[in-house]
Amino acid sequence: MTRPGPWARLGVPALSVAVFLLAWEIAVRALHIPAYLLPSPSLIATTLAANFASLATSWWFTVRITLIALGLAISGGVLIAALFAFSRHAERALAPFAVVLQVTPIVAIAPLIMILTDSPLATVIVCAWLVAFFPILANTLTGLRSVDANLRDLFALQRASRWQTLRHLLVPAALPSFMTGLRIAGGLALIGEVGGEFAAGAAGRDTGLASRILESAFRTEIPKMFAALALVAATGVALYLATGALSRLLLQRWHESERGD
Amino acid sequence: MALADVDLHIASGEFVSLLGPSGCGKSTVLRLLSGLDTPTSGTIARGLPGDAVPGYVFQDAALMPWASVRRNVELPLLLRSERPAQRRQRVDAALRAVGLADSADAVPRELSGGMRMRASLARALVTAPRLWLLDEPFGALDEITRFALNQTLLSLCQPGGDATPATAVFVTHSVYEAVFLSQRVVVMARPGRVVGEVAVDLPYPRDASLRATPQFAALCARVSDTLQRASVAGASA
Repeated sequence: MTRPGPWARLGVPALSVAVFLLAWEIAVRALHIPAYLLPSPSLIATTLAANFASLATSWWFTVRITLIALGLAISGGVLIAALFAFSRHAERALAPFAVVLQVTPIVAIAPLIMILTDSPLATVIVCAWLVAFFPILANTLTGLRSVDANLRDLFALQRASRWQTLRHLLVPAALPSFMTGLRIAGGLALIGEVGGEFAAGAAGRDTGLASRILESAFRTEIPKMFAALALVAATGVALYLATGALSRLLLQRWHESERGD
Repeated sequence: MALADVDLHIASGEFVSLLGPSGCGKSTVLRLLSGLDTPTSGTIARGLPGDAVPGYVFQDAALMPWASVRRNVELPLLLRSERPAQRRQRVDAALRAVGLADSADAVPRELSGGMRMRASLARALVTAPRLWLLDEPFGALDEITRFALNQTLLSLCQPGGDATPATAVFVTHSVYEAVFLSQRVVVMARPGRVVGEVAVDLPYPRDASLRATPQFAALCARVSDTLQRASVAGASA
């Protein structure tokens, strides 16, 4: 029942990452690997610092689009899950579309979206939204469906209104599943954003980290490419940690998934 | 079709047990009495005011895992939009009655099975129901806990008391529990029929010493016998 201490939770993973970076640095220097093949971590860091202003602008674009898409995925996913939970017919009618959108690779749809919307910005948002939407929908629906049958009966016996049932039973009961969906969707929204940028192929000021990566690859500025890549990875990790912390905050007192070990 | 031929009269203030093997329709009778299900044929007449809600206790405690014991017990009052001060007072009284006053702020997973069931009883008690419907509430508990909760249940329903006691319909697998609690044991068998009943002519208040008396043993034997004959007849049919 006791939670692991801060050393075990933060110290151990931080140490393993540090060891990995150190080994990378040593390997690059010892084997004289050229920077255009694999730059060392220290070179990536100095490149990042030197290009910070332009990379930060791109980073902010990526973060903004990712969060907008995630927000749209949450509202859309939860609303449609609620619709499906209330009406089996709605689910039967709409589920095929949700599944088709989910199983088709986003890079395959992106060019089509680009043609339809005729806007790189809209393409990126739609791509990120599409991949983040399904895990929210599927998990929220599972949560709404798995409400204790006895508790449902109790609410029916007490003649609870639909609103009361939603507020006091369905929302709290579905919350753990929704949080699982959110943790998956957070990472996927970023992946969708990057995929969307690649497909939209926009260049210029109003673009994100994925465009910086493409641009650097064309110019064979490999250290810069790695610097942008490092920012994408850091953003993904931050999203993962943030959704995890939110989940712990909301569920830790009562739900098994957040009990610690 | 879970019930075939059930003709059951329960007097106001009576404590009746429905006893029988799994799948004989005991729980269906409760669901029909509660109004959760409606009969496909036949009628149900309840001498309760139209808006009276029965106190229903489920097989498992059926508590909201995210809410404290207090919030769980408060739920029926919350759904009826009672005022907070009144809710608090009634919840406190119900928690004291089941012996959970010290655990009001615990969440269900921090409680033992017996304490969860006490919370479930408190949630039914808080509305002061005129009709208790109990669906094998203590079936999953160990015998020591079950005896203690039998006692608590009698203190809540107070059958045979001077005041007008609430009516209680108690579904169980246990012959001893049925005899200990009730004024009448209705024996059911598959498929969904009543095969006999035994009047339990023992005075209230009842306590643990009752289980050691010859009258108690004799009544248990009669109930077991009814159950036995029904299952033999059922097997040969």
